[in-house]
Amino acid sequence: MTATGAPRPRRPWRRLGRPRGNPSWEARAAFLPYLWLGLFFLAPFLLVAKLSLSDVVLAIPPYAPRLDWGAGLAGLAAFVQALDFEAYARMGQDGLYLAAYLSSLKFAAVATLILLLTGYPLAYGMARCRPSVRQALLMAVILPFWTSFLIRVYAWIAILKPAGLLNMALSQVGLPPVDILNTDTAVYIGLVYAYLPFMVLPLYAVLERQDDSLLEAAADLGCTPFQTFWRVTFPLSLPGVAAGALLCFIPMVGEFVIPDLLGGSGTLMLGKTIWTEFFSNRDWPAASAVAIVLLATLVIPIVLFQRQQTKLMEQR
Amino acid sequence: MNAKPRLNIGAVRSSFAPWADPLAKPLVRFDQVTKRFGGETAVDAVSLDIYEGEFFALLGPSGCGKTTLMRMLAGFEEPDAGRITLAGQDLAGQPPHLRPVNMMFQSYALFPHLSVAQNIAFGLRQQKRPKDEVAARVDEMLALVRLEGLAHRKPHQLSGGQRQRVALARAIAPKPKMLLLDEPLGALDRKLREETQFELMALQQRLGMTFLIVTHDQEEAMITADRIAVMRAGQLAQIGRPAEVYEAPNSRYVADFIGDVNLFEARVTEDDGDIIRLASPEAPGGLEAIEDDEVPVGSTAWLAVRPEKMRVHLDPPPPGPNRLEGQVADIGYLGDWTTYLVELPGGRTIRAARANASRVVDRPVDWDDKVWLTFAPDSAVVLTR
Repeated sequence: MTATGAPRPRRPWRRLGRPRGNPSWEARAAFLPYLWLGLFFLAPFLLVAKLSLSDVVLAIPPYAPRLDWGAGLAGLAAFVQALDFEAYARMGQDGLYLAAYLSSLKFAAVATLILLLTGYPLAYGMARCRPSVRQALLMAVILPFWTSFLIRVYAWIAILKPAGLLNMALSQVGLPPVDILNTDTAVYIGLVYAYLPFMVLPLYAVLERQDDSLLEAAADLGCTPFQTFWRVTFPLSLPGVAAGALLCFIPMVGEFVIPDLLGGSGTLMLGKTIWTEFFSNRDWPAASAVAIVLLATLVIPIVLFQRQQTKLMEQR
Repeated sequence: MNAKPRLNIGAVRSSFAPWADPLAKPLVRFDQVTKRFGGETAVDAVSLDIYEGEFFALLGPSGCGKTTLMRMLAGFEEPDAGRITLAGQDLAGQPPHLRPVNMMFQSYALFPHLSVAQNIAFGLRQQKRPKDEVAARVDEMLALVRLEGLAHRKPHQLSGGQRQRVALARAIAPKPKMLLLDEPLGALDRKLREETQFELMALQQRLGMTFLIVTHDQEEAMITADRIAVMRAGQLAQIGRPAEVYEAPNSRYVADFIGDVNLFEARVTEDDGDIIRLASPEAPGGLEAIEDDEVPVGSTAWLAVRPEKMRVHLDPPPPGPNRLEGQVADIGYLGDWTTYLVELPGGRTIRAARANASRVVDRPVDWDDKVWLTFAPDSAVVLTR
């Protein structure tokens, strides 16, 4: 039936739509994440940003200027004028910050690479198992989360220390002891150990979802199992590779506990630098400036990660 | 002059019949092939020859072993017993990537990360053909399946029908000795499926390639195939041309699986060489059928009559054999056909179908009308199993 001049019958489903001008509950609920972000992300971020523009003073709290609420607009103007980029300037002058910065990126990048090389075969093997075995293996990957993170890092101290489990085992088989604790190697071991599930799970998710008929199609069109992996399985798992790599890389750059407990005095990482500035040097503006620069750099991989996730959602 | 009357079955007279030539060498030979999954026998000692240039259909309900049979040919399953040879070469132990057959998957299995052109080129690149040759072949394939403008699309940007054509082009591109099609049209809607059936047949004739299609849709098999193998529980029930399988089924199973059929259980009373006479309480005048094969007198047999071969009368026809009496219980009007469900005095319902050849009917058959059904002796088939 084409449209004619006659009035169209009232469609009952119209009534399911929301009346005009009155936001639906869905629209109101969408406000909640913004509230959350505002309260727990944006507000602290602004505080830290403000701190990074302040100066160090010997007082409690150890920074200036402070906003005088009683002075009104004039007070606000004086406050804004007193803010400066001195903390950032000091960061640029002191080579230590840049070194810590680059060293953090290096630690995170190398650890991400090792994680990919260990996590991929693990996830691939899990995805190729029978479904019942898969569940058990998935459990085994998640299980360590049930213990406190700190305890697991302390356990590594017990393993790696000079008279630890590792050296005991080495001496049992007649090998010379190794001195790993408080070195960069220990930090890498700790990072890879702690972040492995974050690499394995996204990889497993894409590999497990992969359609077996694609592998059969590749074999049918002349691919050996090895060629099938490189022409079909691996390219199709790239979203998982990207997700896992970013999911590990981003928090590892700012990692504090692992380098602090397993690393040595020579281990330079930004997390430790921030801690030292904050607690040892009581230089809150410097610590804040380091944190802000770290965040600014991480915005790039975070945006990449978000875009990857959106793409992944669209493919489903 | 004394020869038995040979029934000329079906409407198609085709000169292509390599299977009838005792000297012809089959392209594919299944020899007593058996496959078990756990305790289940999926394929049970199947022997089957498929000839070069043939369009062969494996037809059967789900779980009858037709897909397993095809997957053994592609190399995804190994037979537990028996031999499969392709062009005289034993395929045992040969992995799928070395077999010169290509498969079009039921799900199409297009590579989602590759464009249409890259999907089609996949098998060609694997054959290490020169780049310009690959490109030329891809263009040729795109033209063949009429997808010229879509070479750079990704599979998820295509409609179901377009995807189906890409899958077809990808499987044909490497010029396999044989193309395997696993329920190739199952995911298409009815109209598109009908069109594609004819396209597939035309394509096969143009390429001269051997096609093996697996389907549960009898219409698909009947339209496309030169020969159909009807499968049942891992075994072959009957092999023949579509018209043979339809008009001369060898068992009640085949008669019932392909199309609709009315079956009359009856006792054979006479076999005079041409005509077999049977007695059934449902037909007071007796039953008659022209049958080449001999059926022992006194044994029980089944007379199979297709609904469209039943004539419906509102006035009583003269008494005689092949005459049934009943009441119209239901009428199904399909536009091109009308199906009448006629209830016999014994309570059984018989189907009769009539083509609606003209728009107006003098005396339409109505619900609860008393009707008579008759059929010609050469329209009925005597089945012994």
